Amino acid sequence: MSPVNDREVVLDVQNLKTYFKTDAGIVKAVDGVSFTLHKGQTLGIVGESGCGKSVTNLSIMRLIPSPPGKVVGGEAIFEGTDILALDEKEMRTIRGNKISMIFQDPMTSLNPFLRISTQMIETIRLHTKGISKKEALERSIEMLKLVGIPSAEQRVHAYPHQFSGGMRQRVMIAMALSCNAEILIADEPTTALDVTIQAQILELIQNLSKKMGTSVIIITHDLGVVAGMCDEVCVMYAGRIVEKAETEKLYAFPAHPYTEGLIRSVPRMDTTKKGQRLYSIEGQPPNVIDLPPCCPFHPRCPKAMDVCRASYAPITDLGGGHEVACWLYNSEEEKAAALKEVQA
Amino acid sequence: MKQPILQVRDLKQHFPITSGMILQRQVGAIRAVDGISFDVFEGETLGIVGESGCGKSTAVRSISQLYKPTGGSVIFNGIELTTADPKTMLTARRDIQMIFQDPYASLNPRMTVRSIIAEPLVIYNRRKLLDPPLSKLEIEHRVEELMERVGLSKVFKNRYPHEFSGGQRQRIGIARALALKPKIILADEPVSALDVSIQSQILNLLSDLQKEFNLTYIFIAHDLAVIQHISTRVAVMYLGKIVEISEAVRLYDNPLHPYTTALLSAAPIPDPVVERNRQRIILTGDVPSPDRERFGCYFYDRCPKRMPWCSNHIPPMFKQGENHEVACWLYDKTRDYQDVSMEEAEADAAKTNP
Repeated sequence: MSPVNDREVVLDVQNLKTYFKTDAGIVKAVDGVSFTLHKGQTLGIVGESGCGKSVTNLSIMRLIPSPPGKVVGGEAIFEGTDILALDEKEMRTIRGNKISMIFQDPMTSLNPFLRISTQMIETIRLHTKGISKKEALERSIEMLKLVGIPSAEQRVHAYPHQFSGGMRQRVMIAMALSCNAEILIADEPTTALDVTIQAQILELIQNLSKKMGTSVIIITHDLGVVAGMCDEVCVMYAGRIVEKAETEKLYAFPAHPYTEGLIRSVPRMDTTKKGQRLYSIEGQPPNVIDLPPCCPFHPRCPKAMDVCRASYAPITDLGGGHEVACWLYNSEEEKAAALKEVQA
Repeated sequence: MKQPILQVRDLKQHFPITSGMILQRQVGAIRAVDGISFDVFEGETLGIVGESGCGKSTAVRSISQLYKPTGGSVIFNGIELTTADPKTMLTARRDIQMIFQDPYASLNPRMTVRSIIAEPLVIYNRRKLLDPPLSKLEIEHRVEELMERVGLSKVFKNRYPHEFSGGQRQRIGIARALALKPKIILADEPVSALDVSIQSQILNLLSDLQKEFNLTYIFIAHDLAVIQHISTRVAVMYLGKIVEISEAVRLYDNPLHPYTTALLSAAPIPDPVVERNRQRIILTGDVPSPDRERFGCYFYDRCPKRMPWCSNHIPPMFKQGENHEVACWLYDKTRDYQDVSMEEAEADAAKTNP
């Protein structure tokens, strides 16, 4: 189909499951998530808070605090190996080096006690063997220039608090890309920033990914960010991907009732008419503790059927890589079979 | 001619920066709000939009006198609030209520929902400012009625805030704001902390309540699409100043100030087709710190259309047709400043403020 999907696969995540043990029960934060990331592709993961989008990526980075969390199943194939099965020492050669991450809050992810130069040199020397401090410093300055920090030679010696929010996020991006990472995971990279700064940062990520051929995973709740940046989008709800499609297709023909509701409930600057009521999805997102095996969206779904209350829908391919997990797209026989199975 | 319910004139809110351990002396001031003027008419929604640190939250807090303004005047229903005595203030404030951004921090975790919503009623009742006075039972009924109105079941009234989700907490905050039947509600980013699907529920609730009780809103948000959806008129703030104020439709169709134009073009639109064919104006740099006095246009450092004249002359509000005002020298019809050189501009500035 699209040229992006013909390129080689850099990351293949299959049936990833991450559970957290709590006093109230087992939280299935991520429950069977599968996606593939191609070279140079930008993949968006969208969902509301608590849907498991961050946990998915922390699992790939192997940064889940354990206990209470644990990756209980699935695999993530990167360069022919399952990174979920690697030991900590091997993982350290990949994390930050081949797969980097930028976090939502640039203030808490930089060490306030250390100069930017110290932090960047540390990262570069850790991942590049035999590089001297001086070379690493030159490299840092070069990276800071690349992300558009003015007078980088002087500012590299500044402390994080001397930078503004947008500048700190640039430093984070510079650090993440300083080792020529193949995959950049951006967890809500612009949520803490203002619109004008957000536009700068998004453009920067886009340009760098084009220039260096980096594949990017963007996690966000903002459907606008996704629309402009991503080639493909996964929509998550209660720990699962409910719909996956190319961006244009997803916005033009949202198949899952949740995706449709999500797109329709955002006010739009270009088409919204004054005085019109917004579409809204009634109810609250579900509590993910001890979810029943049915579709987690059924209490809020306007098109819910009996089968939705009984069992989770299988993933249906609507063609062209457009996948959806909703009973609306299954035949009557399949629904009847699923219902019978639950009753038995 | 419509009478404004609220008149704000040259409102200033400066926060002192002090230095020294024991003998504190003021070494400067953060000019959070630096001279803003506008009118709000009954039944309308005035949206205030701007980036973080532009003073939009401070503006509404100064209006409600949660901060004592440094200068200027706020006239609500004919009462000058900045100089009002406590008694007058208390009566006036009954009609001015606030909804806050963070539904987690704005509700007392040790109070039940019933006592949170009843608190304004209880306070005003005790001071005998309610007309007619309410009995305990009547307050109880009023609380239940309010909870039902904002979409919370009244069986939850003995619960504590932590038992509710973000959207439900925001509903509690709205019920509390409605308790005294106010005329105007100042809503400070009421939907920013909420998820997309919950955000639309709250926005719909707010517009329903407005129609039902003939409320006036001052609505703050940084999300331009939300502001457009809810507002009748919109004021754009930058660094403590209003740079443009207009009817919402006009502002979005025809933004005049370079900052408004950039802001509108930077906001992402949730449609890939539109989004990919859009021409973006990307502003360079960050919002400067509001800690020094400025003699030129506040937007000068980042403006893509700046002229030498702007560096040392503060633009007044220029009228651009009906109900549309913009603070930018480009729209001064009496003179074209394009060709004025820096030297001439400096000489002129020196004449006016020596």
